[in-house]
Amino acid sequence: MTDEKPTSPEIPSPAPARPAPAPPAAAPKPAAGRLLPRPPPRSRPPLQPLRSRPGRNRPDASGRPLIASLAAAVPGAVLEAYEFVGETTVKIAPEHLVEACRYLKDKEGFTYLVDETAVDWKDRQPRFDVLLLLHSFSRGQERLRLKVAVAEGEACPTVTGVWETANWMEREAFDMYGVRFDGHPDLRRILTWDGFQGHPLRKDFPIEGIDTGAAIYPDRYPEGGGPGPKDTNRKVLS
Amino acid sequence: MSEPTPGTVAQFPPLAGPPLLGLHEMELNFGPQHPSTHGVLRLVLKVDGERIVSARPDIGYLHRGTEKLFETETFPMVIPHTDRMDYVAAATNNHAYCLVVEKLLGVEVPKRAQYIRVLLDEMQRISSHVLWLATAAIDLGAITPFFYTFRDREVILDLFEEYCGARLTLNCMRIGGLPVDLTPGWLEKVRAFTEPFEKCIDEYEDLLTENRIWKERTVGIAVLDEKRCIEWGVTGPVLRAAGKAWDVRRALPYECYPELEFDIPVGKNADTYDRYLVRVAEIRQSRRIVLQCLDWLEKNPGTEIRGKVPRVIKPPAGEAYASVEAPKGELGFHLVASGGNKPYRLHVRPPSFINLQALPEMAQGHLVGDLVAVIGTIDIVLGEVDR
Amino acid sequence: MSHTLLHNVLIPFIKGLVTVVAVGLAAGVLTWIERRLLGRLQIRKGPNRVGPQGFFQWIADTIKLIFKEDIVPSRAEKALHLLGPLLLFTPAVVVLGLVPWGPELTLFGVTTPLHAAADLNVGLLLILAVSTIGVYGIILSGWASNSKYPLLGGLRSAAQLISYEVPMGLAVVSAILMSGSLSMVEIIEAQRKAGVWFVFPGLIAFFLYFVSGVAETNRTPFDLPEAESELVGGFHTEYSGFRWAVFFMSEYGNMISISAVATTLFFGGWLRPFPNVAWLSFLDVIPAFFWFSGKVFLFLLVYIWFRATFPRYRFDQLMALGWKTLIPISLGNLALVAIAVLWGAAGLKVLGAVLVLLVAAGFFAVWRRPARPRSSTTMASSNVEVRA
Repeated sequence: MTDEKPTSPEIPSPAPARPAPAPPAAAPKPAAGRLLPRPPPRSRPPLQPLRSRPGRNRPDASGRPLIASLAAAVPGAVLEAYEFVGETTVKIAPEHLVEACRYLKDKEGFTYLVDETAVDWKDRQPRFDVLLLLHSFSRGQERLRLKVAVAEGEACPTVTGVWETANWMEREAFDMYGVRFDGHPDLRRILTWDGFQGHPLRKDFPIEGIDTGAAIYPDRYPEGGGPGPKDTNRKVLS
Repeated sequence: MSEPTPGTVAQFPPLAGPPLLGLHEMELNFGPQHPSTHGVLRLVLKVDGERIVSARPDIGYLHRGTEKLFETETFPMVIPHTDRMDYVAAATNNHAYCLVVEKLLGVEVPKRAQYIRVLLDEMQRISSHVLWLATAAIDLGAITPFFYTFRDREVILDLFEEYCGARLTLNCMRIGGLPVDLTPGWLEKVRAFTEPFEKCIDEYEDLLTENRIWKERTVGIAVLDEKRCIEWGVTGPVLRAAGKAWDVRRALPYECYPELEFDIPVGKNADTYDRYLVRVAEIRQSRRIVLQCLDWLEKNPGTEIRGKVPRVIKPPAGEAYASVEAPKGELGFHLVASGGNKPYRLHVRPPSFINLQALPEMAQGHLVGDLVAVIGTIDIVLGEVDR
Repeated sequence: MSHTLLHNVLIPFIKGLVTVVAVGLAAGVLTWIERRLLGRLQIRKGPNRVGPQGFFQWIADTIKLIFKEDIVPSRAEKALHLLGPLLLFTPAVVVLGLVPWGPELTLFGVTTPLHAAADLNVGLLLILAVSTIGVYGIILSGWASNSKYPLLGGLRSAAQLISYEVPMGLAVVSAILMSGSLSMVEIIEAQRKAGVWFVFPGLIAFFLYFVSGVAETNRTPFDLPEAESELVGGFHTEYSGFRWAVFFMSEYGNMISISAVATTLFFGGWLRPFPNVAWLSFLDVIPAFFWFSGKVFLFLLVYIWFRATFPRYRFDQLMALGWKTLIPISLGNLALVAIAVLWGAAGLKVLGAVLVLLVAAGFFAVWRRPARPRSSTTMASSNVEVRA
């Protein structure tokens, strides 16, 4: 639980699907019109002198009282804790997630679940991260991010029993990523329709979408992945 | 016909006795094509006569895969996509997205740009609340407020058009600041609209606030108390009408809000009527903020509207979350960057989506006629619910 | 022979035809008036493109509706589905045929009373009976559409129309008590004899009649059977083309007939104000027919005004208003009027004076009421507070 291995297992360097496009213009140039005052000549800012480039430094936060008491109350739950751009993130062991959430809600006042979602790290094992963002009204508007690594095919424990609002958030994560939430009362697709094949936000789901005939011919499309690799309907990025 | 009191309406006991014609419940499909579902919301209702036994929202009819699109665009190119989520409040969408990227980049936005952003946000809040008022009133059969509110919303849209060229999908912010500086004379036009606008708000209130039927239709309807609001993650005017003075602008201040004077209106009864009052009060507060921004901008002329942003925006790898107080509640962007020039994952925390979750609880036990009030009171935009 | 033919066949036929056509035309013109007036009330213009001031808009709309496809849902009960609009439209026309629009008309040397059907001695009773039939039109068209929203609309209307017929009937009874007759012409004559319109002693009855009338015609704030934002279109959701237009014509026809009956019962029909006061006789230059239709028109304007002002009631509130408010008031009012009638002519005058004074006092109190405090937040500042 040191901060010496900052990004390596965590954030794989994504291979860009295509060469990076030309540097985007920082802002569209205003058309030379009489109404607009001429913008001042923009000095080309070099990349470095940004005052704070975080990312390199993610100080360990496991010593903070909140994290320490969480680790003490739910032994084995806290795998790692760090601060980044002023936000505290705690990596939680999946099997202790519900217990930790329950503790944070009941004892530490994190009554409001702001957000719950998933991230797909295609080439990493375990493949998915489930992110939860908690908010506490009583602890001076403090926010805390929980992070749970979930492998493909594995189930993440549901926190719907802790915050009811997690219901639709988890359904959305399930719909978009195929992360199953164990014990969820109503784990159905929410944004796509029942019978949709594949999980659109997975990195291997084609951006152009799939032939929605998948809904009609589920046998032609394998579960969880859109059109099969040899399917003529499969569209892939060039 | 006594004065309507809160908590006396439509809490019916379960139906006793044998079912009529062998039928207790009817399944009623409410939407997606229905005049008062504010878009393409579909509700599967179980009704007992006109009483709602259960309401199950079915969403996704407007799903466009916006979050997938985010991942394919470079950071500056994402902004127009954010317009299309809550399309009646595009400025706050832009703002929330810019904030999260700026947080990760560590960019500081110039003061002038902050004030202009807040000015745009608050004008957007006025126009969004006014649109809510129009549609919520027309859902309950009051057709006249619609035209009064649209008269004023039109002026705001014209002002937006003059600033950034668009009326609805504004695309009016950039990472680190703003795309363009103000047009000469624009501030005066905003002032000419904002100062007499107080009278327009009085007009809306004259039409509705003390209207007996309006009160009978809204008092005690769709009660969701503070505790349940927080349990459901409901934010924005709905939470404040339940008595919780929580506003992202104050709780987690961003931009120049700490320097501005405004109050947080708070309701008592957590019902539709209080939500209406809270929203009207928020329109007045937004007007206050707009006037303060105008004062500041007039006193501090300048041209600096963008901070020091690299040409190629490549935030460092890591997660960040930033939120703004959108007209509908807390609108947040959860950004996971991997060091590239595109967001690796950009998740939206849409207030409409989260607030809509509480609809079944709010609607249960009410009549079909109240359902439109319940849908209206949450203030959803389906573009944001489905993304 | 020719006299019989003329008076018993030809003239009734012409008058009937004129009534039917007049209702259709009046409904059309009324849509134009309504849209223009609503426009004025809602700071917009309303239709103003077709013809002067958009007057021909209603003709264009009618032509469009006639040529639209008439869709009958495949699972609908066809015969009843087609019958529904007619069942609604017919009573509206029949009621208008029973109302006297003026005392007598002499045209081409032929003198005839100015109503389409005869002046029946049970005219008022027939009007009440006929107007009740209209509810079948709504229920049947709602049920026969074989669709859930129309069904709900039909159910709503069944309960609503039947409920509001009770206070309406009781209000009408007050007028009968005051005039001592069921004949529409004699009710008007009784008002001439009494010297004042019955609206003064029958102020409460008139109020009840008009409110129930708004409910009977499904107009705002009682437009629940067709509540657009709740039931899509209510009982006429599944109708299109001219059948849908017939629903609208009947709605406007019903508005006219309710207004016409209210005029007859409470506003002296074709009489000018204070028909016995001699120095007001210069008002007689306006023909009786115009007095009558002018009063009807004013009521129609009130209908439109209502529509621009009120939100819609909810169903249980509507029922509560009918059964718990209007019916008790109408029973009390009936007792009041009966006592006044027993007292004699003076009784009616005293009752009228007292009621008018009470209303005037009420208006005065509202007028002198201190202005609502307007806080910086909202006008109802008690509910909402601000926290910095």
